Amino acid sequence: MNHSRDLSRNRPAAASADPETVHGHRGLQLEEPLLFEIDNPGATGVDLPAPGEFTSRLGTMERRGGIGLPSVSEPEVVRHFTRLSQKNYAIDMGTYPLGSCTMKHNPRLNEKMARLPGFAAAHPLQPESTVQGALELIDGVAGWLKELTGMPAIAMSPGAGAHGELCGVMAIRAALDDREGGPTTRRRILVPDSAHGTNPATAAVCGFAVDAIPSDGRGRVDVKAFADKLDDDVAGIMITNPNTCGLFEPDMVEIAELIHEAGGYFYCDGANFNAIVGRVRPGDLGIDCMHINLHKTFSTPHGGGGPGAGPVVLSDALAPFAPVPWVVHGEDGFALVEHADDAGDAKPFGRLKGFHGQMGMFIRAYAYMLSHGRDGLRQVAEDAVLNANYVMARLSDVMTPSFEGPCMHECLFDDRFLKDTGVSTLDFAKAMLDEGYHPMTMYFPLVVHGAMLIEPTETESKRSLDDFIAVMRDLVARAKDGDAEAFAAAPTTTPRRRLDETAAARSPVLRWTPEDRTAEAAE
Amino acid sequence: MRYLPLTDGDRSAMLDTIGVSAIDDLFVDVPESARFDGAFDLPDHMAEFEVERRMAALASRNVTTGDVPSFLGAGAYRHHVPASVDHLVQRGEFLTSYTPYQPEISQGTLQALFEFQTMVALITGMDVANASMYDGATSCAEAVLMARRITRRNKAVISGSVHPHYSAVTETQAKYVDIEIDIREPDLDGGEDLAGAIDDGTACVVVQNPGVFGHVRDLSSLAEACHAAGALLVVVVTEAVSLGAVKSPGEMGADIVVAEGQSLGNPQGFGGPHVGLFATRDKYVRQMPGRLAGETEDADGRRGWVLTLSTREQHIRREKATSNICTNSGLCALAFTIHLSLLGEDGFRNLAMLNHARASQLADRLSALGGVEVLPDAFFNEFAVRLAKPAAGVVDTLATRGVLAGVPGARLFGAGNGVDDILLVAASELTREDDMQALCDGLSEVLA
Amino acid sequence: MANRKYTEDHEWVEVDGDSGVIGISEYAQEQLGDVVFVELPEVGKVLDRGDEAAVVESVKAAAEVYAPVSGEVVEVNDDLNGDPSLVNSDPFGDGWFAKLKLSDADELDELMDEDGYKKFVEGLG
Repeated sequence: MNHSRDLSRNRPAAASADPETVHGHRGLQLEEPLLFEIDNPGATGVDLPAPGEFTSRLGTMERRGGIGLPSVSEPEVVRHFTRLSQKNYAIDMGTYPLGSCTMKHNPRLNEKMARLPGFAAAHPLQPESTVQGALELIDGVAGWLKELTGMPAIAMSPGAGAHGELCGVMAIRAALDDREGGPTTRRRILVPDSAHGTNPATAAVCGFAVDAIPSDGRGRVDVKAFADKLDDDVAGIMITNPNTCGLFEPDMVEIAELIHEAGGYFYCDGANFNAIVGRVRPGDLGIDCMHINLHKTFSTPHGGGGPGAGPVVLSDALAPFAPVPWVVHGEDGFALVEHADDAGDAKPFGRLKGFHGQMGMFIRAYAYMLSHGRDGLRQVAEDAVLNANYVMARLSDVMTPSFEGPCMHECLFDDRFLKDTGVSTLDFAKAMLDEGYHPMTMYFPLVVHGAMLIEPTETESKRSLDDFIAVMRDLVARAKDGDAEAFAAAPTTTPRRRLDETAAARSPVLRWTPEDRTAEAAE
Repeated sequence: MRYLPLTDGDRSAMLDTIGVSAIDDLFVDVPESARFDGAFDLPDHMAEFEVERRMAALASRNVTTGDVPSFLGAGAYRHHVPASVDHLVQRGEFLTSYTPYQPEISQGTLQALFEFQTMVALITGMDVANASMYDGATSCAEAVLMARRITRRNKAVISGSVHPHYSAVTETQAKYVDIEIDIREPDLDGGEDLAGAIDDGTACVVVQNPGVFGHVRDLSSLAEACHAAGALLVVVVTEAVSLGAVKSPGEMGADIVVAEGQSLGNPQGFGGPHVGLFATRDKYVRQMPGRLAGETEDADGRRGWVLTLSTREQHIRREKATSNICTNSGLCALAFTIHLSLLGEDGFRNLAMLNHARASQLADRLSALGGVEVLPDAFFNEFAVRLAKPAAGVVDTLATRGVLAGVPGARLFGAGNGVDDILLVAASELTREDDMQALCDGLSEVLA
Repeated sequence: MANRKYTEDHEWVEVDGDSGVIGISEYAQEQLGDVVFVELPEVGKVLDRGDEAAVVESVKAAAEVYAPVSGEVVEVNDDLNGDPSLVNSDPFGDGWFAKLKLSDADELDELMDEDGYKKFVEGLG
């Protein structure tokens, strides 16, 4: 094998306006090959003692032959991943107004707490007597979430928002089966057309058909259209509140009454709980269950796509069907119920995850809750809503808000303001990259054309919002000045320019293979 | 509030700009009956040091695997994580970024995921892997759903070698979509007949290697039996380090491999977050759940990476998606990748053999005790022992003496399921002579 | 093509004797953008009119292709597996999807002809 480093692929093609450097570096933007391309057999980043005398118990089952992992020393690994990190945008670097994702500051205290050896080194199957602190913490987070939502019960184990949805809809299914004494005859779940894609996907993996409810002209659920769909085939409704248009659903209470009268249950998608935490208890709206993304409202880091956590609060009607495990508090302290056989009168629908849920996220969320307290959390919601309305107010004269305000924690624009400019929502977003911003959420929700959903979050200062607004206004002016070509070419200053997603999908290359390199060397 | 930048002055200036007089005017859509103005039964905000004090007090009430000799495993393992792993994953550019939907400014995460996918494919012996799932147990459930999509059959046989949390999660996810799950009795001797359980309705057989009781088995003939019947073989691995020493599932003919990746880069953390690995054959890639990073070029012809084959996913296919998964275990996958990068080819194999050596030495010692029978002949770093007394009581007693002796069978399978006298014992590179001695002394005394 | 007929979902069928070749229209391929993958039906599958016959995917969208007429699938266009872009470059020719053995020729009367479809598309603005 040829282990020489070939950095030629990091250099731009001749047509680029960028100055060509030897290795493709551009000042502090440092190119970095794949680890497999800096493989140096014999090097290692870990020293291990010799095993000493032992009898192998593997026999013919021992792995023979090379695995193909790259060999690199610690300094090379640190440099490799440091260079990779510098190709990412992050909350730590700037405003990240990605609607419906709640990209708020991630306090480092939370990271420090999650690394306390008393938590990090705890094994999930230790005797309960040795992990009373860990169990108390889970109970503590559960208590906060129940209190803040005004709901009587909670399932802590779901691993993220979509997993929480699965938990909630399975609880609904189990409750219906229980009520009907066999598999429910109710087949449909109603989901607004503005919903996040996970909602219909979740309903489907729980065996329900999805029936879309249209939005009304104000970006809310059309209550009449909803009511017309109600019959004894409806298992429940899934509504995001505040919804994906950034609006509070004013008819929640009425919707809850109607769905209950029809014999169904009310799932609330709590992805946007950040807008109302401390000011509205969703339980007061009449819902039956709601997941809470700890990686949104409660600041646990997104980590480039997880891990998250999605505990689900439950009404009295659904509580008996919560999945194992859960924490109980008895005379001997805290204990876990891990098996249906030990669940007493409860009728758990099953188990959703190995062990007890995303403990590391519970720790971070708890540190966040204690840091803010009940007063701080209410302030969180108010500042999040204030920031979004401020952005909306200062952009509405040049962009086109889709619905009348006030909005909640995010504001929705569509692409009418770009009409006849030749600039698309995508082009506009890519131009933001050159200005040093992560774009807002684009083309979602699906109910408006060319959607741009801006969620500043409460951890942006007024100054950073003013800077953002100035950039947005300038981009709008440039678009209206007929600068469409420049928008179509954007971004030009980022580590990579627009990537060819069609080529990636037509002939997928999903891993490095030595053959690739051999073929290239032959070219 | 230290995390909230707005001052009262900012707030009133901003309300003026918006054209309202008070914050309440922005919450007008909330029905009056739902406006909460009461007092929550919760404390007010705290200083950083007050929070730290409170959290440290909770942590100090746990006696963990770092404090005393520990032989716990059963799907979560104690390994040394090099300091640079934790340093790198805490870089804000990794920690505080979102899913890489804007590839131009997310190349770091995307390239790391591409490296992760490659490493997972290599260690499992498969063609292709996704960008991670929540954990091994949920990966296992997704594998069964995928096998159904591929074979259009609706039965799955789950071996008695599979970790009960994995089979329970799989059964739960299958129950409302008409998949029949046949969970076999706990396979204590590693000799169950799975080939005989396959029929023409079987979508897949799910088997764990090393098994939950430690047995390492050659699955080649089972793979042949599956394929002859038109079914898929799904192999579960709960200890990723084993892949450095044990013949890979891919080599034995697996169609889908699901694994728990916690052992590399991630703490036990009382059970989560961990990281699910998911690998398969090229021909099944469009039936995979989860995200995939793929290679392409940018407008200047530079190599780069994007999330690809997204039409399988919920944000495009909605109710027709292969899975509802969205957020997965990105940062845990990164920690896995960094740790495995540090180990490299030789380090990974040496670490695995060191684990095996410690377990082998431990088995020798335990076999010499009265009242202890080591069950598997072939194992990796964990094995089941049969005790002369119920294991749960033994474990509790030893815990009071400062030894975390292992996982009682009843803890996993429930009491009264034929495994009450079974104890799962794991060793790793961190297991010392003294630790083994403490376990042997304790067991001798308790079993005497 | 006088014997090519269209549906309002932009599928076409071109009849030759008792069999018909199906595909998607020029308008449909333009709306989808670059096609990256086509999931074809299995040979031997019997489709009723309106059944899902194939799935056509672009980078950011997936669309079901419905059988414009009823029949049994007797042949599929395997070339699309290697080069899905044929759907974009030649939707009425090399970008065809499948050949059906028609089970009810009368169904053809309910489809639009070339002129009818042209007017239908113009009406979509």
